[in-house]
Amino acid sequence: MFPFESGHVRLGRRYFPSSPSRSAEAGRAAILNVSLVPLSAAKRDDSRVVLVSPRLRMPAPIRLRELIRTIRTARTQAEEREMIQKECAAIRSSFREEDNTYRCRNVAKLLYMHMLGYPAHFGQLECLKLIASQKFTDKRIGYLGAMLLLDERQDVHLLMTNCIKNDLNHSTQYVQGLALCTLGCMGSSEMCRDLAGEVEKLLKTSNSYLRKKAALCAVHVIRKVPELMEMFLPATKNLLSEKNHGVLHTSVVLLTEMCERSPDMLSHFRKLVPQLVRILKNLIMSGYSPEHDVSGISDPFLQVRILRLLRILGKGDDDSSEAMNDILAQVATNTETSKNVGNAILYETVLTIMDIKSESGLRVLAINILGRFLLNNDKNIRYVALTSLLKTVQTDHNAVQRHRSTIVDCLKDLDVSIKRSATQSVSGENICEFVLCIYSHQ
Amino acid sequence: MIKAILIFNNHGKPRLIRFYQYFAEDMQQQIIRETFHLVSKRDDNVCNFLEGGSLIGGSDYKLIYRHYATLYFVFCVDSSESELGILDLIQVSLIYFLIYCSFNWIFIVFVETLDKCFENVCELDLIFHMDKVHYILQEVVMGGMVLETNMNEIVAQVELQNRMEKSEGGLSAAPARAVSAVKNMNLPEIPRNINIGDINIKVPNLSPF
Repeated sequence: MFPFESGHVRLGRRYFPSSPSRSAEAGRAAILNVSLVPLSAAKRDDSRVVLVSPRLRMPAPIRLRELIRTIRTARTQAEEREMIQKECAAIRSSFREEDNTYRCRNVAKLLYMHMLGYPAHFGQLECLKLIASQKFTDKRIGYLGAMLLLDERQDVHLLMTNCIKNDLNHSTQYVQGLALCTLGCMGSSEMCRDLAGEVEKLLKTSNSYLRKKAALCAVHVIRKVPELMEMFLPATKNLLSEKNHGVLHTSVVLLTEMCERSPDMLSHFRKLVPQLVRILKNLIMSGYSPEHDVSGISDPFLQVRILRLLRILGKGDDDSSEAMNDILAQVATNTETSKNVGNAILYETVLTIMDIKSESGLRVLAINILGRFLLNNDKNIRYVALTSLLKTVQTDHNAVQRHRSTIVDCLKDLDVSIKRSATQSVSGENICEFVLCIYSHQ
Repeated sequence: MIKAILIFNNHGKPRLIRFYQYFAEDMQQQIIRETFHLVSKRDDNVCNFLEGGSLIGGSDYKLIYRHYATLYFVFCVDSSESELGILDLIQVSLIYFLIYCSFNWIFIVFVETLDKCFENVCELDLIFHMDKVHYILQEVVMGGMVLETNMNEIVAQVELQNRMEKSEGGLSAAPARAVSAVKNMNLPEIPRNINIGDINIKVPNLSPF
């Protein structure tokens, strides 16, 4: 079962099937495996006379689906471990063979085994080889492997930098997308420093698929190397004039990140408030758009993101808060609440109203919405309402008191999360009252 | 930011695991076990939010989960994510993925009730298409942040990439290429019986892969 010394006929390793389940595979493998060396010409590594098709030293590695099928037949953990160890050994030998054809298949199997909890570190370098390949299939699984197996703690990851740089400039947008995705997931500070320029270039492209990915990649770069934030500033100039919702969404995330990190950026971006208000207005008034519709509401995810950014921009600033009062009132009153998506938007609106310098009428509206949430049948809504009341109790003490009895009702709720949230809503001053209330209800 | 996306079955067996923050391999498995432990204790009629377990970051993080048939979908998020929004995301996007995986359609009528969805899709689809699901997930969440929520966009983009893979032969089509390469070669007649020394090899017909 191991390669013979020179001077003997050299047969492949798996000619003799090692277990019944492999016999079919081994049978097929035997055909591909036969590479016959005339005895006289037997040397260490070269000149083989091939009588059957192209020589492959190893039997073809089994496919991912077959491996999954095999592993699922294991009845015990020990059996599974044994199967996996066997396959790992096969994969390791295949890697040693430097076989380009089956590398992608082997790495896919390795990732599956990694998910089940088995060590897969020996595949790290193979992922790099796949990334460097010209084929899209190889790159795809290679980048996935890199994201799942590699991290900046391994020295190996720096070898990717050059590949990613080339792929960021690739002619195929999907390869560029893969590179952006990988950089945005696990790029180290060194990699980010090297490649920030490429990301910035892609942030200005007209290709919306790449632009949205570049925006999130930029967020990652800024998180890793905050000093680089300045370099992305020019590219943000016309991000919000995009029509594509994906780009809008990730642009708002990028702007949010920049505003949260730097007070200068925050004051710089305050001028975007009118534009954001306009976009939000269009979303609410636009009527039915099948592309972005979720339960009758137009792109709720984008609405939530914009509301969050408005919160950050309006906080502590009179002019900005003034500019958004109308739209907030509109969202608060017009949003359909029969489905969960409407409630997600309302919840975000309430938090924004409470954080900015809103008019008192608007604040009362917000608290009342929260009060309505507390009475909602959906436990998720009640939980979320209680957590926001917890945040508001510091600022709007009286308004919260009005809903005291409802909060106490929530305490009777058996759900541990809601109970904990309700208990936390009680502020220091009125804890005595609350406790009395609870006892009187029991 | 989304710290992790975990999909496991009713016994805690992982079906798709994606961490957006580095954890060592054994730590990842411990987190999966801890999360399963926390989430499986919950009744079906309680809310879908939990404080994160101690291994994943404790009370700074929330576990937002949904339980469909035999699968738990768990997102571990920090305070910058909207809880209800993430819940929507699970509801809207992940079910779409599973349907896409199993039927490979581009245009799917969005089914309002999730129970109805899950009649047509089962855990096996997720198990056997682990790589495909990762690719779809990559178009939705990138670096722990939501990238795209338009289902048609996502499906179209994934479909085009799958087509590129197919045109190259895909992950498992290497033998097909080998066979076609063989067909194109000018080989002499393959001997049916090969005798060398005391080794006797019978060569059966090469069937197409």
